[in-house]
Amino acid sequence: MPIGAQSLIQASYFVAAGLFIFGLKRMSSPVTARAGIVWAGVGMLVATLITFLWPEMHNYVLMTVAIAIGGIVAWISGKRVAMTDMPQMIALYNGMGGGAAGAIAAVELFAGEAHGIAQLSLGVLGGIIGAVSFAGSLIAFGKLQGLIKRSFRFRGQNYVNLLILVITVLVGAMIVLHGGENMSDHVTMLFVLALVLGFTMTLPIGGADMPVVISLYNALTGLAVAFEGFVLDNAAMIIAGTVVGSAGTLLTQLMARAMNRSLANVLFSGFGESAAAAGSGPAGTLKAIETSDVAVMLGFSQKVIIVPGYGMAVAQAQHKVWELAQALIARGVTVKFAIHPVAGRMPGHMNVLLAEAGVPYDLIYDEGEINSEFETADVALIIGANDVVNPVARTDKSSPIYGMPILNADKAKNVIVIKRGQGAGFSGIENALFYLDHTRMLYGDGQAKAAELVQAVKQL
Amino acid sequence: MIDGFIALYIFMLAAFTGYEVISRVPVILHTPLMSGSNFVHGIVLVGAMVAMGRAHTTLEIVIAFVGVVLAAGNAVGGYVVTERMLEMFKSSKAQPKAKH
Repeated sequence: MPIGAQSLIQASYFVAAGLFIFGLKRMSSPVTARAGIVWAGVGMLVATLITFLWPEMHNYVLMTVAIAIGGIVAWISGKRVAMTDMPQMIALYNGMGGGAAGAIAAVELFAGEAHGIAQLSLGVLGGIIGAVSFAGSLIAFGKLQGLIKRSFRFRGQNYVNLLILVITVLVGAMIVLHGGENMSDHVTMLFVLALVLGFTMTLPIGGADMPVVISLYNALTGLAVAFEGFVLDNAAMIIAGTVVGSAGTLLTQLMARAMNRSLANVLFSGFGESAAAAGSGPAGTLKAIETSDVAVMLGFSQKVIIVPGYGMAVAQAQHKVWELAQALIARGVTVKFAIHPVAGRMPGHMNVLLAEAGVPYDLIYDEGEINSEFETADVALIIGANDVVNPVARTDKSSPIYGMPILNADKAKNVIVIKRGQGAGFSGIENALFYLDHTRMLYGDGQAKAAELVQAVKQL
Repeated sequence: MIDGFIALYIFMLAAFTGYEVISRVPVILHTPLMSGSNFVHGIVLVGAMVAMGRAHTTLEIVIAFVGVVLAAGNAVGGYVVTERMLEMFKSSKAQPKAKH
């Protein structure tokens, strides 16, 4: 084995690991984020190219073909995917990573390349986690893409899943205890069980909880990659995988907290799309308003806070909403966007959608930054948001969303809600905000109404 | 080469690093960040390549081939979507009032 090649490989992995951490660090600010992903990309490219120099390898042609297939398909799909579909695309790419970690474990175990209790245990564990993440991410993709419409639940489901997990771990333990030699049947069984576990774990979870699940699988894939890194003696995999594992765990916690759900709750109970809670509906009536009246109200305000929700993105209204904001700013109105952490289908998703429409990020405020400002706002304009502005989260202990941090839109002097029709939010809960005395409903398609408002405001 | 306690040290330090690096990220960047960290574990590609490089039986080669395809998809797809999202984040020069 030429010493030079080995040193070069290790040096490139060292550089790659450093660039990954540096890149993630840069992504912590919108100013440097773009550069951050480019730096991380450079690290990945260097590590991948140098790996071709790895001594005593075979199958170079097939390897290149495999990289080309995976790379080209992912490149095209990644370039084409709409920003609204980003969550399921991330789920899909993440599942592929988990599958790859599982495949590494399978190859090493079938070939009997892993030796010693530590290496075998980590290899088996990484394989299980990778396969679970792969299967689970595919289900998450299917659910968000609308391919899987319903959740599959039955009594005692958690016990069945627990049983599958226990059997999987036992099979894994047998492989480790037998030293990993000639265990092909057990290895096959291990991966079949792990894939089944990934499916059965994820199928009962509702669509609304999928972001938390995707984030969890992202962290798990990182962990699986780190474990396989131990098996392959690959420091770049250990470091990158562990960093993602811990960062992903933190991100998962942040998301679950923003949704007022514990992780255990998400995984082991099916709230995501459960039926609406009973209980009394809010008192009062819905009061409609005409476009021209809204335009006057907005145009002569001093401060307007726009609260966009996923409904705005579904209606493709974000460009028109930004036009409306610009028209108001031109009249001297102070306009701010208030974003709830779970607006959109993933924390931060709404920011991406607004950025796509050209809204500068310094006009966008999160719930903690802007909640105290609603009291001084003349109008809170709600477009396609529902549960995240429902004041029962503060007041009604019997509500399923009680305790969830919300945007205090009800504190504004006037509230305008643009909504397609009457109906409950994603969680199936009636919104008390819509029934308040100072709330007016502007019924219609978000994009059409926003366009009408732009014209009306310009003519004031 | 990387064995025993050295491996544990790497694991521990990397875990703290990941936690610290992410904990200061504003909510507005959470989606690109999840996508970015998703890209970072695309480093599994180099592992899949090494596993394929030493695969011998047909079964091993087939599994490794699938592994490399998936890993390349993870790395390339993760990069493309993250870059697309981050590229859109722009500041407003017209509105000099900065957040405080």
